Amino acid sequence: MTWRSPLALVRDALQGQRAREKELRSLTSNLPHEGQGRGTQPNRFFSSNAIKTTKYSLLFFIPMNLFEQFHRLANIYFVGLAILNFIPVVNAFQPEVALIPICVILSLTALKDAWEDFRRYQSDRRVNNMPCFIYSRKQKRFVERRWKDVRVGDFVKVVCNEIVPADLLLLYSSEPNGVCHIETANLDGETNLKQRTVVSGVCTTDRGFEPESFNSTVVCEKPNNNLNHFKCFVEKPNKEKLGAGIESLLLRGCTVRNTGHAVGFVVYAGHETKSMLNNGGSRSKRSKLERKLNIDVFFCVILLFTMCLVGSVGHYMWLESRTGSPPYLLPDSRSNSLASFHMFFTMIILLQILIPISLYLSIELVKIGQIFFIVNDIDLYDEETDSCMQCRALNITEDLGQIDYVFSDKTGTLTENKMVFRRCTIMGTEFPHKENAIRLAVLDEPESEEEIIFNQRPHSSQTAWSFEGEDAGPMDMHRRGQKKSKVVGTARSDVAFSSPLETEVVPDQNLVRQISRAESRGGSQRTDPYLDFFLALTICNTVVVSRATARRQRAGLSPCSSQTNNSFEALSDLVKKASLLIQRKSSRFRAQSQGPVIDSVRMESPADTNGLSPSVRPTAPAGSENLYYEAESPDEAALVHAARAYGFVLLARTPKNVSVRLPSGQVLDFEVLDVLTFDSNRKRMSVLVRHPITKECVLYTKGADFAIMELLGTPYAENLSKSHKNIASDTQRHLDGYAKEGFRTLCIAKKVVSEDEYRRWLVSRKSAQAAIEQKEQLIMDTAVQMETNLTLLGATGIEDRLQENVPDTTVALREAGIHVWVLTGDKLETAVNIGYACRLLEDEDLLISMSCKNKVTCTSSLDCNLEEMRRYSENPQNVGTIPNISLVIDGHTLAMVLSPDLQDRFVDLAKRCRTVLCCRMTPLQKSAVVKLVRDKLKVMTLAVGDGANDVNMIQAADVGVGISGQEGMQAVMASDFAISRFKHLKKLLLVHGHWCYTRLANMIIYFFYKNVAYVNLLFWYQFFCGFTGTAMIDYWLMIFFNLFFTSTPPIMFGIFDKDVSAEVLLGVPELYRTGQGKGEYNFLTFWISILDAFYQSLVGFFIPYWVYKDSDVDIFTFGTPLNTISLFTMLLHLSIEIKSWTVVHWIIMLGSVGLYFGVTLAYSAICVNCNPPSNAYWVLQSQMGDPMFYLVCTISTLVALLPRYTFHVLKNSISPSPLLQGRELDRMDPSTRDQWIREWRGFRGGGGGQVKRYQLSPPPSPTQETPVDFRPEFLNSAEATSDDFSLNVTTQRPVYT
Amino acid sequence: MVRIKKESPDRPDNTAFTQQRLPAWQPILSAGIVIPGFVLIGLAFIGVGVGLFITSRDIQVLEIDYTGTDQTSDCNKCTNPNTKNCVCTLSFNIDTLFKGPVFFYYGLTNYFQNHRRYGVSRDYKQLYGDLANFKDPSTDCAPYRLDSRNNPIVPCGSVANSLFNDTFKLYQIVNGQRNVVPFDGKGIAWWTDYNVKFKNPDVTPLQNAFNGTVKPLFWTKAVYELDFSDPSNNGFINQDFLVWMRRAALPNFRKLYRRIAEENYTNGLPAGNYSLEISYNYPVLSFNGRKKVVFSNVSWMGGKNDFLGIAYLVIGSLCVVMSVVMLIVYAKFKFPEDD
Repeated sequence: MTWRSPLALVRDALQGQRAREKELRSLTSNLPHEGQGRGTQPNRFFSSNAIKTTKYSLLFFIPMNLFEQFHRLANIYFVGLAILNFIPVVNAFQPEVALIPICVILSLTALKDAWEDFRRYQSDRRVNNMPCFIYSRKQKRFVERRWKDVRVGDFVKVVCNEIVPADLLLLYSSEPNGVCHIETANLDGETNLKQRTVVSGVCTTDRGFEPESFNSTVVCEKPNNNLNHFKCFVEKPNKEKLGAGIESLLLRGCTVRNTGHAVGFVVYAGHETKSMLNNGGSRSKRSKLERKLNIDVFFCVILLFTMCLVGSVGHYMWLESRTGSPPYLLPDSRSNSLASFHMFFTMIILLQILIPISLYLSIELVKIGQIFFIVNDIDLYDEETDSCMQCRALNITEDLGQIDYVFSDKTGTLTENKMVFRRCTIMGTEFPHKENAIRLAVLDEPESEEEIIFNQRPHSSQTAWSFEGEDAGPMDMHRRGQKKSKVVGTARSDVAFSSPLETEVVPDQNLVRQISRAESRGGSQRTDPYLDFFLALTICNTVVVSRATARRQRAGLSPCSSQTNNSFEALSDLVKKASLLIQRKSSRFRAQSQGPVIDSVRMESPADTNGLSPSVRPTAPAGSENLYYEAESPDEAALVHAARAYGFVLLARTPKNVSVRLPSGQVLDFEVLDVLTFDSNRKRMSVLVRHPITKECVLYTKGADFAIMELLGTPYAENLSKSHKNIASDTQRHLDGYAKEGFRTLCIAKKVVSEDEYRRWLVSRKSAQAAIEQKEQLIMDTAVQMETNLTLLGATGIEDRLQENVPDTTVALREAGIHVWVLTGDKLETAVNIGYACRLLEDEDLLISMSCKNKVTCTSSLDCNLEEMRRYSENPQNVGTIPNISLVIDGHTLAMVLSPDLQDRFVDLAKRCRTVLCCRMTPLQKSAVVKLVRDKLKVMTLAVGDGANDVNMIQAADVGVGISGQEGMQAVMASDFAISRFKHLKKLLLVHGHWCYTRLANMIIYFFYKNVAYVNLLFWYQFFCGFTGTAMIDYWLMIFFNLFFTSTPPIMFGIFDKDVSAEVLLGVPELYRTGQGKGEYNFLTFWISILDAFYQSLVGFFIPYWVYKDSDVDIFTFGTPLNTISLFTMLLHLSIEIKSWTVVHWIIMLGSVGLYFGVTLAYSAICVNCNPPSNAYWVLQSQMGDPMFYLVCTISTLVALLPRYTFHVLKNSISPSPLLQGRELDRMDPSTRDQWIREWRGFRGGGGGQVKRYQLSPPPSPTQETPVDFRPEFLNSAEATSDDFSLNVTTQRPVYT
Repeated sequence: MVRIKKESPDRPDNTAFTQQRLPAWQPILSAGIVIPGFVLIGLAFIGVGVGLFITSRDIQVLEIDYTGTDQTSDCNKCTNPNTKNCVCTLSFNIDTLFKGPVFFYYGLTNYFQNHRRYGVSRDYKQLYGDLANFKDPSTDCAPYRLDSRNNPIVPCGSVANSLFNDTFKLYQIVNGQRNVVPFDGKGIAWWTDYNVKFKNPDVTPLQNAFNGTVKPLFWTKAVYELDFSDPSNNGFINQDFLVWMRRAALPNFRKLYRRIAEENYTNGLPAGNYSLEISYNYPVLSFNGRKKVVFSNVSWMGGKNDFLGIAYLVIGSLCVVMSVVMLIVYAKFKFPEDD
């Protein structure tokens, strides 16, 4: 380092600050300045690529960590006390001694932090030292360096399968078209390939990229954390500006796939990269239990102050009563009142452990243990995706045991988000596909054996095509990958798009006949609505055709470029690559820019860059059966598969070309003129193609029914003129039927565009694409412009299948006293049907359907329903029962009822309903509903969802659960817990939630008890020592007692105790209710345990007191039995509370006793004069030689515990709690247990009220396989009351197939 | 941050521990199960209680208050603080043989040896014979650290300063003759105190070590003058001093003064008349304290204590009663599993 004047340094720092803060940054190449001093580097102000995520540095660890820890109020309190102890007039202990507890706590926490930080440091170092290639001007080539050497303005080369070291502006790719594929799994968990393109116009030569010739300036925006947005332009020396966006940015942390190599210009490095800016810290929430706990800590503070006040006043009175000058009273210049005032503080120091110092640390440790067990639960592990449960929030495990309301998303959460083609209607004729329904029914039969041949990466997709109105969020995420599994019999392991469930469609014979008739009439020469319908299904999508081999290669680590001679392989791979051009999210940015190039010849291009390794490629015969379809949305794939079942096979898709094989075997190559991509405003997409035979421009459109129906122009004129009027209405009728069955509906339409019209349109289209301002709006306008006068072909019904065990889970949750609400963007009918399917709604339920046009009707309907409800509940006949009433409300109405004047009424109505379905919800409304219920009803809410549209709601709820399913990772990122299937919620809540809650609740109660009981011993002693703050127990032993002897058992209790087994908790969901509302940790239990502590301390003090009264006992000899008694009392008290003793329990309990005696004996033997004024030398030894010691300890412990023990015994015998009954069930052998559960629940269900009329089969258990009976049953009360609900009440019958 | 992908699947271990399926004992407390326990505990406690009660009843205790508040008492004359070197005599008689060994205690009431600041006020190192602390006693000793002329006090501190300094002599009156009842003052303090915790400085003669120091303010003689006759009972290891330095836990306490187990009294104190000559020095009346002497013989359970025996009997009986209650409860509310 050369010396630089401080002034220059300051100036530099200021400049740097300015440069970093500027909205736009101008970056130039570093190469001209290579090897020169730092001061001349043009980009020196921007952060380097070395990252540091550690919180602390080695030098400043202690101060920084202490600073961090003192953010916790409790720590400040204890440090304050320790400092107080240094003031001579008030000190209670030797000043140093008082520091021990806080030091131990602080150092344990610091140790934990240090370890975590060290792990971060190691990971940083590993990352910083990863190799990469940076261009060096001196060596005229890319040289290997470390990640940390990368600077802004460098040129970095990344090769296939390498991780991108910094945010690179892509300037060159070895692939044709300047494409580079990246996988962003490291950033967002999406495993599909995303495509990036080079900044056009920068690299003009064919000979590869020459960094030295790069003399442009890159102007980019200030770093931000938006992964999907980037603004930048490259300014050439000739002032030409080339725009670039996110499509040209390789993000740090992504992996380059399927691309030989690429060269990029570093725009952001290190902490300024988007991935680092996205790296938020872990979430920190405060659980309900902890909020309550803090109140009780406050009570403890009051208790402490009261006790100290008693001590202070007592001391004053004691001093006043001292006449003369007794020899034991030290001369004191202070007045009695001042001395008593000081005594108050001495008492605080003496009795400080009343505020449980180690409680917070213990809770943290317990939660770590609990999370360990949750994460390691094999039942929450999903084989398919190879994913465990994730706990992202570390401190709200016990909230899982207190949930009152569950808000669930529908698509992807309750359902698989895997679409199965079920029915279609063409030209007003319905084809019910009965055979297909039968096939699916067969697949539904539960069968235990399943066989997964091999697993690959999870393959999923996104519902860009869903018409749920949920697409407002950044839904342009999707995953691709592949997983192929052979599934025998069950729907369980079907994975996206490749399972027989979805891919195989049994054709409807009628339809097959229609098609063959149509073909025979003229084949592809003429247009026929049936053929058109299927052509539309095949063409009008963005499905990518690929092959298993190609995808496996991508998942693996095969070399990226190699030659292949197999033309078919080459073709399909090329096709795949080309098709990537228009796929997915990028389609929004780019698809339009693909100008029409006329080339309807099948591609026979040499396959020199297809990236397939011969070693990987099997020599499988090339056939259409090897085709795999990868789609943005599962709906599209389902449609393509359906078309394929009828012989319309999508063979290949490129941006410019689609090949379709017709049933006759003829292959048609459609030239793609344009793709009008889907957006959530239009709710439809279109593809404009040129028919290879008729040479007509044809527009195929598919979309939501309401989006299509209003655009219909002339009906299909040619063949069916006589009934054309009815087509639309027939189709609409069929669509309504589909919706009732819970299918997702799509309308398919067509339009033949005349050449003139097309040309005219093309002009406006091009100008829209060229536009800079409001480009997206203009492009959308052109799409709308084209999509007019459509001809309706037909419609399809696609079933989004329920995830496995969803009905079972929702029923269990309901029985557990949890209200399950579904918040969906779907249509009302679909939502209702899903509601029936997952048993949220029962057959006999009354359904209040609120769908109002304006606020007035909304208000009146709300009032009316509410009135009926009130009348119902006031009716003496119905006391104690909750009517099975469900509310269905749509987003529009919801917006009205959420207004401040109506929301109270809405909440009042909703809380009387068993379930509420909200449809057509926007993400914001979802969170609004969650917040409303949470705040108005003061209940614990849980939101579960899988998509970006659920993020708001997940964050709004007390507990957010993300489903790491088909729609990317945003929901998971925002969640507190991430599961892979909805059914896991059952075990997560009913078992782990219950366990975590009862464990922690009992542990905290015990902790308070323990501290109060111990402190009271000291307090009672004050009455016999003139309130002078004497402790009869050696200070060290006192501190050890809390820190070591009695601290592990409650932690173990909090981690391992199991009040009821998982089987019983799952079998009897009602047990979950013990945790809801106030739960086990409430005002009463807290104060009972405090009273018990008082009682026990009285016993533990006064029995020895009476025994040793008037004897020659000395202080510490007196204190030793007290200490021992409280140890045994506390441990045995815990033993009464421990519900199941495993070997861990025994070890820790006996270990604690052993530790107590071991340490105390050792301490009493070693410490002769080590810490005056205590004098524990040989005290325990002498006591242990005295039979009285044992006699005193035995009786005191017994008397102390007798009430609690007796209470437990009597309560368990006279009125056993549900949990105890659950425990009784545990002891039975499985078959009798199931018998019992059934009988017990039958009893409870009949008499208990809340789970009224529960007539499901018993919960699933290993020994039972009773089929579920779905027959509707009407019960009297439902029918009797249904008449009263005249307004807006419909009684729905389920439609089950 | 870049995550390095693991090759192995994340499948959790399916072990009994991680799946929380460790074999466990799950006791359920219900009436039926605990009856035998209650009966057993009850009977055992009653047995122990009877034993304790009988033992305690056999212990003889003779307590004599000699504070002198009573006008008739001989010690009344000594209650005047101006009286120096007051000696008073207490006469008492023993009806039956007071079985030996007899322990002779002095007792104080309303005396707070457990006062915190009183207890702190001592210097262990000094008492351990550390000469450095002779010169410079620990600050804990304040205000009994230095005298008014800044000479260090040895032994310093409030505890030592307030050493109990009444002395007793017991005579048996046999035919008008006063026979001295020999006192055994050995081993009345804790063995560890005598041998480990307290040490005289390694200086001979002992008093040389105390040059430049002064005796505690209340004391009439220095610590090395406590027992000239016996060097092993002098200085800091004087038994009476040791006994005093071990602070009593409660404000009413007794401390062992002597044992009577020698010569004619090995079997105890025979019936007869006795006279206790008290050198009355320690003032207690100013703070409403009481002084007393206690003769007691001891058993394996120490001194007389009826409380523990009664407590055992009561609790034992309670347990038996509880077991009956449990039996009723059990008969009435049989838990289903027992059907």
